[in-house]
Amino acid sequence: MRPVWLLALVSAAVLAEQPTPQRQQELIDLLKHDCGSCHGLPPKGGLGPSLMPEALANKTDAFLLEVIQKGKAGSAMPPWQQFLSLEETAWLVQQLRQEGWK
Amino acid sequence: MKSLISVLPLVFSLLLSACGQMELRATGDLGVVIEREAGSAQIVNTSKPAMLSRIEGLGDLSHASVVFSRDQRYAYVFGRDGGLTKIDLLRDEIVKRVVQAGNSIGGAISQDGKIIAVSNYTPGGVKLFDADTLEQLAEIPAVYGEDNQLSKVVGLVDAPGQRFVCSLFEGNEIWLIDAKNPRQPQVQKFQSIGKQPYDALLTPDGHYYLAGLFGEKGLALLDLWQPELGVKHILQDYGKDDEQTPVYKMPHLEGWTVAGDWLLVPAVGRHEVLVIDKRDWSLAKRIPVAGQPVFVMSRPDGRQVWVNFAFPDNQNVQVIDVKDFSVVKTLQPGKAVMHMEFTPRGEAVWLAVRDEDRVMLYDTETLSETARLPAQKPSGIFFSNRANQLGL
Ligand code: HEC
Repeated sequence: MRPVWLLALVSAAVLAEQPTPQRQQELIDLLKHDCGSCHGLPPKGGLGPSLMPEALANKTDAFLLEVIQKGKAGSAMPPWQQFLSLEETAWLVQQLRQEGWK
Repeated sequence: MKSLISVLPLVFSLLLSACGQMELRATGDLGVVIEREAGSAQIVNTSKPAMLSRIEGLGDLSHASVVFSRDQRYAYVFGRDGGLTKIDLLRDEIVKRVVQAGNSIGGAISQDGKIIAVSNYTPGGVKLFDADTLEQLAEIPAVYGEDNQLSKVVGLVDAPGQRFVCSLFEGNEIWLIDAKNPRQPQVQKFQSIGKQPYDALLTPDGHYYLAGLFGEKGLALLDLWQPELGVKHILQDYGKDDEQTPVYKMPHLEGWTVAGDWLLVPAVGRHEVLVIDKRDWSLAKRIPVAGQPVFVMSRPDGRQVWVNFAFPDNQNVQVIDVKDFSVVKTLQPGKAVMHMEFTPRGEAVWLAVRDEDRVMLYDTETLSETARLPAQKPSGIFFSNRANQLGL
């Protein structure tokens, strides 16, 4: 069961406001370092699985948003909703798909 | 022709020293600072704090560690991408580099200094290499369970008797690897040691191997003097009624503290450092700290313990006085303190402050900053005196 807000968000994500350039830099740094400590840099995998574009290709934005926001219970993947807004998470997912950490 | 080529390097180095460009370097003064984003490493002087050179092309260093050859001339860097690189600290150059796996987490050097062991995530297992040539000697796949799955391998350390010890993250096993014959290593397996061991440590005397558990409370303990007694699960009950909090970075167990009968380790997912009574492996105390601890490292004399923290509290470093287990100082060196390394006798400590692009030095007596050195996103600091320490 996927929450309705996610569906709404996904369609809104494209239209949603982009983070400010400064925030974008912070988010990229977070991706490289704090996500990188488990997923690698580039995120080819570590304790957590690969987050490279090909690894995410068959995963929906909604699924990725939910994992990042809520984490995955019973695994080492922590929830990030306390630190990342929905818009920021959507932006990060875009970056992952486009190798935006480069 | 062959003989001409083999004398060339000699002639070259003679030329260099003749020009007076090469200052003599003693390896006991040296260290390596990992620059994770650029995939480079600095060679530093730890007595007269300075960068001596930068070695590039080390690959993905997002989780890198270093061991030193017994003569302290060479550093072996283990990269995330499976890269194993041997660096000559005297000539500032890569001697040899192999990419030995798809994804790797760390390594160790054998008691006699002749074998390098690497622990891999993919393909899950341990590989042994000749420390001289980096020729592969053996591959030990981390197979577990009925259907022979491969597990990620963590917490690999060297142990006395030409042995290595490691843990299987998904397999919930501890393996004791006898590498006396490195081409045909013998593996003793301990099963069901607890859920998801995530890292481990060896006591500095090589007596105990302790693996931290992620999937349940407590630690798995193996007495290497009496492995026949099997693995014991300790601290099973601590915090079992506490609310479970998410973990933003896996703690590390390396560099633990043994002070008298006490042992200090990070609590997983909690803002606490645990004090274990080594006489009966009971929990003696929980010290509240400023975040989820990542490294809990003791000054070489065991009087102080320095603690750094996981995101979002990683701008802090706290100092614990082992005399009464009190936090005596909270430092704020800058954003994202990733690692700490003490000088061999502990008068100073170096901190890697990633997001500020610097390494900071503190006097451990006055707890004040004494110097800072520029570094690009530094994440790990390793001094050559590790060459003589078991388990490091
Ligand atoms: C403490 C380790 C850790 C950190 C830090 C971490 N992750 Fe994860 N992540 C995991 C693990 C483990 C999984 C696998 C969960 C499972 O399905 O069992 C995972 C899964 C994921 C997935 C799902 C991938 C898939 O194919 O199913 C995404 C997306 C993800 N993480 C993104 C992130 C992002 C973005 C960050 C940083 C904001 C991050 N992670 C930080 C450990 C971590």
